[in-house]
Amino acid sequence: PAGRAVAVAVALLRYRRGGPARALRLRELRRARPEDIKDVGCKYYLELELEDVLDKDSTVNCTAEVLYHLGNKNIAPDVQFTLEGELKSTEEADHVFYTRMRSLEKELVAENIPDSHGHVPPELEPLHLLAWVASGYLVWQNSTENTQLQLAQIKHVKQVKRSDKYLQFDFVVLLHEKVSQEIIPWEMTVLWHPRDGVQVTRDSRQPGHA
Amino acid sequence: HQVLRIKTKNEGQVKQLQLLESLEHLELDFWIDPSAPALPVDVRIPAAGVQSVKAFLESRGIEYSVVIEDLQDVLDKEKQDMAESAQRERSTSFDFGSYHTLDEIYAELDRLASEHGFVEKIQLGQSYEQRPLYALKFGTGGSDRPAIWLDAGVHSREWVTQASALWIANQIASCYGTDSSVTSLLDKMDLFLLPVANPDGFVYTHTSNRMWRKTRSKIPGSACYGVDPNRNWDAGFGGPGASDKPCSDSYHGPRANSEVEVKSVADFITNHGNFKAFLTLHSYSQLLMYPYGYKCTRPDDYAELESLGRAAANAIRSVYGTTFRVGPICTTI
Repeated sequence: PAGRAVAVAVALLRYRRGGPARALRLRELRRARPEDIKDVGCKYYLELELEDVLDKDSTVNCTAEVLYHLGNKNIAPDVQFTLEGELKSTEEADHVFYTRMRSLEKELVAENIPDSHGHVPPELEPLHLLAWVASGYLVWQNSTENTQLQLAQIKHVKQVKRSDKYLQFDFVVLLHEKVSQEIIPWEMTVLWHPRDGVQVTRDSRQPGHA
Repeated sequence: HQVLRIKTKNEGQVKQLQLLESLEHLELDFWIDPSAPALPVDVRIPAAGVQSVKAFLESRGIEYSVVIEDLQDVLDKEKQDMAESAQRERSTSFDFGSYHTLDEIYAELDRLASEHGFVEKIQLGQSYEQRPLYALKFGTGGSDRPAIWLDAGVHSREWVTQASALWIANQIASCYGTDSSVTSLLDKMDLFLLPVANPDGFVYTHTSNRMWRKTRSKIPGSACYGVDPNRNWDAGFGGPGASDKPCSDSYHGPRANSEVEVKSVADFITNHGNFKAFLTLHSYSQLLMYPYGYKCTRPDDYAELESLGRAAANAIRSVYGTTFRVGPICTTI
């Protein structure tokens, strides 16, 4: 149960602080303390250490509170967090990815990232990271005390050119729900700009099994 | 070091070379000794002496040619060639570091059995789609020895488990006789290893759906296929963690042991009667767990299992720093 609260907190953090050149993941759980709040729900007080997946020496400390609401299971858990420490700037890598995507003549289309053997072509790594970061939003919004969602694979991705400054990617991702073991296809539209961070502007769970 | 080929014209010149041969300080290595004028003489000369030997030959009008300019170069290249050819040989043999098809895995089981006398391929039964369920028996003798069971690929999409089982099989087969723990273990106990517990599902992950988990049995009354083999055992059947919905990825099936893949294993173990340990590989996550999963009471051997789990996790961590969490299934998963 505490583990699931940790996963939700980390997912939201990843979404709020990530991009094609940075994704945070849990390095160590320092403390997890549950608290039953009468008539409200169950709250978890967490102390975490997170690391940058692309630079494992870069770590930050985090305190978070996750509140699962009683009753209505369709509301996302409340997550508050504070980060302590500086994350390295990813300005250069962001700029490289941004200009490369903007200058493509044909909109990028790809599927099965990683492939069946777990491989991601190096040039698709930033897009893979972006999807993982964005999926943090889906995980946060759709997690309950009894579920734990995780990104399994990008089934399909299509770039959509825009007249404004944003990059847009329409994904179909497969989420793995660890408790029921289901693989759930999910559509999500992701917007990104180096200075604005990641935004999931539209998402919808797809029917059926992967 | 250089190698010279010397062509002598007469007996006199042969005698000169024999004189040269007697000068031990030059450390000349005659590959073909001077014997008769018509026969060539090959000699290896250490670098320091090359110039003086050449001067000696030239001053006496003895013809020579340089056969090998730099012997070290030749040796280096040969070493490289040999390494490359060994590499090629290795790569035409089984690559344990990549994923394989069912046929490739089964071929490798045949190779392991044929190459090691104490390894035997056995068939436990057939899958729903009538594929053989092959396991390896590691047994160095005795009769009715206590046994250890290890299976992988119960859930077909967990590809790293079938791959790991094969690596483990090769490791144990190769290490018997040289590694003391493997040797002492197999000298007292038998090991049964089932690398692909769910072959139908495994083939399906290759041909149709990489994410398939269950068996491929047809479920009466449903459009969905397959039962979660790991919810089909006759222990706490139908309890928490299992679904009664046929389309679910954790569907427990119409009844315990309804799946032939599961029944074959259960029957084998029951009939054998002397299994002491049972291990099953799953992915992903790094968890090392012991009973119970279907209830949260502690097993009788809790203390021993916990301490064994910790020892195993420490051993794993000592290799590359990988950390496994240890505990009962109920509270760990």
